[in-house]
Amino acid sequence: MNKLLNWVDERLPVVDAWNKHVGKYYAPKNFNVWYFFGSLAMLVLVNQLITGIWLTMSYNPSAEGAFASVEYIMRDVQWGWLLRYLHSTGASAFFVVVYLHMFRGLMYGSYKKPRELIWIFGMLIYLVLMAEAFMGYLLPWGQMSYWGAQVIVNLFGAIPVIGDDLSLWIRGDYLISGITLNRFFALHVVALPIVLLGLVVLHILALHEVGSNNPDGIDIKKNKDENGIPKDGIPFHPYYTVHDLLGVGVFFFIFFIVVFFFPEMGGLFLEKPNFEPANALKTPDHIAPVWYFTPFYAMLRAVTVDLFGLDAKFWGVVVMGGAIAILFVLPWLDRSPVRSMRYKGMISKVALTLFVISFIVLGYLGIVPATEGRTTVAQILTTLYFLYFILMPFYTRMEKTKPVPERVTG
Amino acid sequence: MKKLIVGLFISVLPALTLAAGAAVPLDTMEPDHANKASLQRGAALFTNYCMGCHSMEYARYKRVSEDLGIPADLYEENLIFTGAKIGELMKNSMNKDMAADWFGAPPPDLTLESRLRGEDWIYSYLRGFYKDDSRPLGVNNVVFENVGMPHVLSDLQGLCAVEPKIGVDPSVDPLSGDVRNGSVCSEWASEGSMTPQEFNSAMYDLTNFMSYMGDPVKLERERLGTFALIFVAIFFIFAYLLNREYWKDVH
Repeated sequence: MNKLLNWVDERLPVVDAWNKHVGKYYAPKNFNVWYFFGSLAMLVLVNQLITGIWLTMSYNPSAEGAFASVEYIMRDVQWGWLLRYLHSTGASAFFVVVYLHMFRGLMYGSYKKPRELIWIFGMLIYLVLMAEAFMGYLLPWGQMSYWGAQVIVNLFGAIPVIGDDLSLWIRGDYLISGITLNRFFALHVVALPIVLLGLVVLHILALHEVGSNNPDGIDIKKNKDENGIPKDGIPFHPYYTVHDLLGVGVFFFIFFIVVFFFPEMGGLFLEKPNFEPANALKTPDHIAPVWYFTPFYAMLRAVTVDLFGLDAKFWGVVVMGGAIAILFVLPWLDRSPVRSMRYKGMISKVALTLFVISFIVLGYLGIVPATEGRTTVAQILTTLYFLYFILMPFYTRMEKTKPVPERVTG
Repeated sequence: MKKLIVGLFISVLPALTLAAGAAVPLDTMEPDHANKASLQRGAALFTNYCMGCHSMEYARYKRVSEDLGIPADLYEENLIFTGAKIGELMKNSMNKDMAADWFGAPPPDLTLESRLRGEDWIYSYLRGFYKDDSRPLGVNNVVFENVGMPHVLSDLQGLCAVEPKIGVDPSVDPLSGDVRNGSVCSEWASEGSMTPQEFNSAMYDLTNFMSYMGDPVKLERERLGTFALIFVAIFFIFAYLLNREYWKDVH
């Protein structure tokens, strides 16, 4: 065994790679519960890839056969129902863990220097994940698949001059059709997963270059012992590999409750109208995207004024795009001398709380039909969402921060 | 920090109580996929009264016969009218274009109807027909206004002359002691072969069958789910002990 390892190692630096990324990767020893979600995101990604490959074996990407092939998977393919529910629940679970992972980053300042690139790769992953989820959602070819895609692709039509041609180019047809389904299938199962995997590798490589942040936001590399090992660091393996197993256990327990007992999650994970095949001639009463897109959908609907001779819809798209784009520059908006929320001032804490509440309530507003009152609330919350970022350079500098300890506090 | 977490959960709560915004009140029915006798009666009703127009083309006869415990030869003899083999999909011979001419829209496939509209809706709808001479087929439905479907079960239920009371709980008048809204229909235009109680029970069976057809793997899924959760719980115990062993010298 050792001989084989040596043989390989002389030709490929496997021992080196193992040590750099796992065996001698020193992670801060004070990770708390918020640090489970990175490894869990990886777990869900693997779940999506494996179940996705098997679903592809029985799925028929055509307007005529897609809906029936999903029911074929659910009824005739051995364990097909399990594969499909693991995949559909996995899609929602992916966003749950990614949102919690991002919240962790916001809370402990994990995006701050020197981790700007990690944050940007992470945001790109989030962006690709949204595209992946959106295109995957068309594949069952139900009513909500169809009309959801119709609404979202039509958004591109709001862009002046090129809009109509652009949405036509995306659809490949004058309305969502089998042609759209085929290209979304190709992107969903081949193109985007490759990009996603590449970005995940970059995200982790960048992380391991600068080292993990921690709940105290302290640079553990400042305090090294005589062997050059950070005093507050412990090897990722075995300490965090066994630790992450706990997270895996808890995650699977909750995940399986949904998969085996509530696969539709009351219409949140699998929407009811999607049990009816796509019909281009029949618009559902109420079109709502899946829950993980609804905060942005609410922002889109919140914009109701025409401006500079351009349609409100266009500005809605701008606001929606801006809400995601502004996250990319977050590392340069935060001017606080400290990283972690533990040592930031009161204003930062209030701002983050308001931001999270805005995002969640916007998510709710994006699911329910719009009324006048709800639109007003959405407008206020959209403003709060943006103020969190726009005012950040000011409130992070003016507030009084607490002194950061030398060593981690556990 | 704890406040923040609690706050997060509280703000998520409204999303879990998502009402589909049912405009019409419905009667509730609790499906029971383990009640094979009910499912068998439902299958017989569906085959005899519904399948002439409504297919269940995503499901196979054989699966139904196995899950419901109906022997294949009996099933073929009594519950397949199209000459299909038992391994085939549950299609019917209605021409969709002609059906669209007759009813305004072709009768939809009903394999997934219970998951699209819910069991309560189906149970209410089936009992919601009443006489309405302004409609082309002479009937209307309180759950599905201006429905294009005839009341095919009228020889069982009879035909209600007034709008049936669906989604209204019976109440006892405190002064007279009379039961109000005790029955769905207060006045009949024509009598059926079943009493209202028998018809309710038959519609329960039919709805139960449609519920099963929408989600045939439910019982098996929940059975396996229990084992999966037990497995994960045991896994967690070992993971916990392993983690404790490794971390005991980290301070």
